[in-house]
Amino acid sequence: MKRKKATLLLQDGREFSGWSFGYDGLSEGEIVFSTAMVGYPESLTDPSYSGQILCVSYPLVGNYGIPEEEPDVQGLCTRFESERIHVRGLVIADYSEKYSHWSATKSLSQWMQEQQIPGICGIDTRALVQLLRDEGAKLGAIVPEGCPAPASFPDPNLENQVAIVSCREVTHYGSGPKRVVLVDCGVKHQIIRCLVARGIEVVRVPWDYDFNTLEWDGLFVSNGPGNPALCEVTVDHLRKALEGDKPVFGICMGNQLLSRAAGGRTYKLKYGHRSHNQPVRLVGTERCFITSQNHGFAVDTSTLGPDWEPLFVNMNDGTNEGIRHKTKPFFSAQFHPEASSGPVDTEFLFDEFIAKL
Amino acid sequence: MTDKTIRKVLLLGSGALKIGEAGEFDYSGSQALKALREEGIETVLINPNIATVQTSEGIADKIYFLPVTPAFVEKVIEKERPQGIFLSFGGQTALNCGVELYRSGFLERSGVRVLGTPVKSIIDTEDRDLFVRRLDEIGVKTIRSHAAASLEEALAAADQVGYPVILRAAYALGGLGSGFCDNRQELEAAAAKAFAFSPQVLVEKSLKGWKEIEYEVVRDCHNNCITVCNMENFDPLGIHTGESIVVAPSQTLTNDEFHFLRKKAIDIVRHLGIVGECNVQYAFSPDGEDYRVIEVNARLSRSSALASKATGYPLAFVAAKLGLGYGLHELKNSVTQTTPAFFEPALDYVVCKIPRWDLAKFKGVSREIGSSMKSVGEVMAIGRTFEEAIQKGLRMIGQGANGFVCNKPYKVEDLDWALRHPTDTRIFAIAAAFESGYDVERIHALTHIDRWFLDKLYNLETTYRELEACPSLAAVGRGLFLKAKRQGFSDIQIARVFHCPEAEARERRLRLGIRPCIKQIDTLAAEFPSATNYLYLTYNGTKNDIIPSYGSRTVIVLGSGAYRIGSSVEFDWCGVSAVNTFRRKGWQAVMINYNPETVSTDYDSCDRLYFDELSFETVLEVCAVERPFGVVVSVGGQIPNNLALPLQRSGINILGTSAEDIDRAEDRNKFSSIVDRLGIDQPRWQELTTMADIERFVEDVGFPVLVRPSYVLSGAAMNVCYSEADLHTFLEMAVEVSAEHPVVISSFIQRSKEFEFDAVADQGRIVAHAISEHIEYAGVHSGDATIQFPPQKLYCVTAARIRRVAAAIAAELHITGPFNIQFLAHQGQVKVIECNLRASRSFPFVSKILKLNFVDLAVRCMLGEHPEPSAIDAFELPYVGVKASQFSFSRLGHADPVLGVDMASTGEVGCIGDTFDEALLKAMLSVGHRIPGGAVLISSGNALQKADMLPACQLLHAKGFTLYASRGTCRYLNENGVSALPVRFPDEHGAEPSALELIRDHRVDLVINIPKNFTHGELTNGYRIRRAAIDFNVPLITNSRLATAYIRAFCTLEPDGLPVKAWDEYR
Repeated sequence: MKRKKATLLLQDGREFSGWSFGYDGLSEGEIVFSTAMVGYPESLTDPSYSGQILCVSYPLVGNYGIPEEEPDVQGLCTRFESERIHVRGLVIADYSEKYSHWSATKSLSQWMQEQQIPGICGIDTRALVQLLRDEGAKLGAIVPEGCPAPASFPDPNLENQVAIVSCREVTHYGSGPKRVVLVDCGVKHQIIRCLVARGIEVVRVPWDYDFNTLEWDGLFVSNGPGNPALCEVTVDHLRKALEGDKPVFGICMGNQLLSRAAGGRTYKLKYGHRSHNQPVRLVGTERCFITSQNHGFAVDTSTLGPDWEPLFVNMNDGTNEGIRHKTKPFFSAQFHPEASSGPVDTEFLFDEFIAKL
Repeated sequence: MTDKTIRKVLLLGSGALKIGEAGEFDYSGSQALKALREEGIETVLINPNIATVQTSEGIADKIYFLPVTPAFVEKVIEKERPQGIFLSFGGQTALNCGVELYRSGFLERSGVRVLGTPVKSIIDTEDRDLFVRRLDEIGVKTIRSHAAASLEEALAAADQVGYPVILRAAYALGGLGSGFCDNRQELEAAAAKAFAFSPQVLVEKSLKGWKEIEYEVVRDCHNNCITVCNMENFDPLGIHTGESIVVAPSQTLTNDEFHFLRKKAIDIVRHLGIVGECNVQYAFSPDGEDYRVIEVNARLSRSSALASKATGYPLAFVAAKLGLGYGLHELKNSVTQTTPAFFEPALDYVVCKIPRWDLAKFKGVSREIGSSMKSVGEVMAIGRTFEEAIQKGLRMIGQGANGFVCNKPYKVEDLDWALRHPTDTRIFAIAAAFESGYDVERIHALTHIDRWFLDKLYNLETTYRELEACPSLAAVGRGLFLKAKRQGFSDIQIARVFHCPEAEARERRLRLGIRPCIKQIDTLAAEFPSATNYLYLTYNGTKNDIIPSYGSRTVIVLGSGAYRIGSSVEFDWCGVSAVNTFRRKGWQAVMINYNPETVSTDYDSCDRLYFDELSFETVLEVCAVERPFGVVVSVGGQIPNNLALPLQRSGINILGTSAEDIDRAEDRNKFSSIVDRLGIDQPRWQELTTMADIERFVEDVGFPVLVRPSYVLSGAAMNVCYSEADLHTFLEMAVEVSAEHPVVISSFIQRSKEFEFDAVADQGRIVAHAISEHIEYAGVHSGDATIQFPPQKLYCVTAARIRRVAAAIAAELHITGPFNIQFLAHQGQVKVIECNLRASRSFPFVSKILKLNFVDLAVRCMLGEHPEPSAIDAFELPYVGVKASQFSFSRLGHADPVLGVDMASTGEVGCIGDTFDEALLKAMLSVGHRIPGGAVLISSGNALQKADMLPACQLLHAKGFTLYASRGTCRYLNENGVSALPVRFPDEHGAEPSALELIRDHRVDLVINIPKNFTHGELTNGYRIRRAAIDFNVPLITNSRLATAYIRAFCTLEPDGLPVKAWDEYR
């Protein structure tokens, strides 16, 4: 099969040439990399990638194709993490034209065409990862042959990506004796599945919804894309909730927003954590966990209020991986205990949350 | 926190290399010893494998070249009084020995703690019944396995689960004694064999066609758990993972499947209480999410060595530290040095492991592969596309393939059969099928190999056709050329498409500006900077990861490639020794090698490791980057040796003996004329191309003759022919004789002694040498022979002649570095039979006996240091070393376990004794012999051989042994005053007990069967007796000289009283 040439253009003018796959069009965004070796359908549909072009460092991608989505009775995706692809573009080394899996109904390229997401293959992804690692995440574009190069590179981190991917209305999932309000900053469906599977009612509300007006037993703040500093509305609502004693649990963006509500500062990491192999340690114990991560911002624990303490710490670079309140049932994780994609070793955090309700 | 009461630790090695247990345990043991040394813990090692790196100076504090058996280990423990023992670094041999010591209560009595995984957990994984019960406890599915202690029970179990079934022997390494049975008859046959190895067999439902997936799991005593790597077998279930092409990471699993199995693996390891490393193997259904756990190995394994090399995660090193009580979070990732060992490697490349078989060396052995291991080695290839990795790998196995395509035609009568029945060459049947127009679907239906792999292979066929469609090499555009290179096409492959020399393809490639990139293996897919020196080449890249510092002095040492019969761990020792010397002398030493079972491919052992091909193309590309001062081709066996001339012609400096002189020794004609000119005797030989010429030559020199064909149709490559009939049968049935495929015939001198001359020379002057003596007469390949050093029966005059001849050859060939000459000595005359200007198989053996590292000395010669000639006189040594060979015939069903001119052994041991008898006995026990308790079966060949055996038989008789003998031998023995009981041969009738029954019922403890001559007979009586001894696990000796020496040793020495002395106590 003959493929069209394409260029990955960085904002500083550097170029990587490869071949176009997926949708034949321009893609612009912040280029980030992930070192995960499986899970491209989950990653691509993860709303936390909103605004980003994803470079996968593992070279062989597309091997097992794309399954047909079969939403469950509640309308939750069972194969993907949301209803659509959220990455703006995909950068890989070796695209598998042919796929092989019993559950697959289409190729990665077909799926990306359907969803109008451009991809570029034939890239030395390792070289690109090194560049991003050394110089930090960069703006860039996938430019297929014949497509004019963009004149400027708008920074998606200046936009409120959470507002783009959050739900617009309140939705109820599951049933049970306890009710949890889930603040949707771009929630992965696996999080909702993890909560519902534990026999509770979940009320999913938009990111800027004032959940303090609702009745609930517990509050959950979801993952989401971009800069947490742009979600002050949510933080304000959270601050109010923290005055009470009802359990609060946050994941990823949820950790960052909870930290901000706890008086902490967040900052942009040079190139973020995006992989399935991030080691974290439960502070003050010998217990360590391999976690799935996808975030570009982090919490500065030294700025947390006096009632708060770090819960998990990243063993590679010492950055914060979760916080907790010293007395109240509030805690959060910077990583993804719901996994999908990635290791499932920390799913017990959902149990701990439910137990506190 | 670690246990500070552990000050001294005993580590058990795995003994001789054998099928199913090879060099990977040298690597894991060496790593563990290094980890212990780093902790300041005193280490004691028991391993009779003298050719290993772990038994070298500076690795362990005390080394015992003794059998890894409970009797010897007990004595060492009593002597050394260690506080701890490691069982998990020496394969199944060490594990089984440790379990026995635990069960007998010895370990507890002597207060030795088993470090790492508790023995109870080991037993839980080894005993299938217990294993299933333990996994049932946590709801993990296992293959429904029914333990049976008798044939009746096995048959009943099979009826219950339904055929086809797989039969396994419990407590067996590498699937020994296991096989698939489609019906009752097959099960009966397989069970009879399995019971010979194990009191328990297991009958399981066969899951042929399922995917096979493995996880390598590490757990510390804090219950922290990681999976370092997962791997997927290219071949579906039904083929032992050691026989399978394996890729890492898995390629066809979705995220859910990958993590479902990962989670199960962690659950299993936690439940079993493993501390250290563990391997979990799954069968995984290709059309759903069903799975079964096949087995769990609670020890370092072949797969863990592969996983270490595939990821850069030093599993054995970490496992040793965890055994001391460290937590994973307390250890550093040894690649990055900044991040912790608690993490899971992320790969940004794909690796492909391909087994290396040597089945062609054995007559009668089936080429089909299955649930029991037959391969003797393996290679690992790294690429950034699957196509690149597998094509590299297929070249690396070194059996003539240029890759997946562009090979010699694959001749097969029935392609469908060849696809349906996996053999050592099935991958080439797939290539042939594509060529014949089969599509992926059809091949999948026949092989059950996942379509993903087949589609990738089909890409290679497609590219081949695109290349072929180009009118000429010059017409291949950059796009297509680059595509081919990115799919792992070598320059030779491309040249082959256009029928041009490799140099032209190379030139075209360079003109198109296509060069490979150097990439690091850094465990974290570049997420963190690392200064790792673990490298590979790929054409799928645009940026080099490293820029070597040209200011320093760099040398490249070429490794030895895949282990195979004839080239094994001994060359790894040579390579590692060379690298050590260079580094000690302040040089940057770069290693190129691709064998994951080795220490030389441990990135810790050199300054930079290129885990890549030992091909002209690759070595030249590495040289282009490294700009070395020189390349060492003489310490890695024949593969690098063959590169000497082409490299030198490309302007690369060959260190040591010049490439031209290497060629003068390698080229049979050139060497022969040199020898003639120097007035040195050699057996008469000629290279001939027609039957008429052969007959004329044979008429002249007389029988027997040694026949070395250049093209073999079937069976062994070399043969001794004793008669016209022999010669004709061999040449007509097995060999092609033509101008294109000449045959070398040499006169063969019977009852001639053979000596090895290992030496190091400096500009033609010998600076150290060792003469070692074969126990067997010439005619047994030097790699199979039992060798004693210093020689025990060498006339002074012969020794002097050997030295004189060697000196003349060294001077003539201007040798600088290692070399080896093989001599025949007959009636005071010496003849040269072979000369290699490189380190030989026996280098580590003689170096360790002499305590003078020949490779170290050779490197110093290469560097122009002009070391002083060694003053050691081997004849003054107050001890003797004996090197004995390890055979793996039990793995090679139907192969005739007879020794001949072609090598058959898979490994060796070297033991030291105060006397020859003691050293021989230790060596024989180390390669699996058991001193007979009461009865010996003898059939001793022709009259001369009967006479040879008489003194030994008299000894046996005097010691009260019962001797069973074939009718002829029995008559001879009785006539000579040795009472023996007659037995009947398989085809004889009579009242005497049947030889086969005696063996099957284990009523004899040793079988001595001396074939009448070296011709490979068909299904003769002798063959059936030899084979029965192998299949029913009764020790077998087929050589009268060795049998005599061995009998004398165990009849004169008290085996229980053998002294237990460490290497450094022999002074």
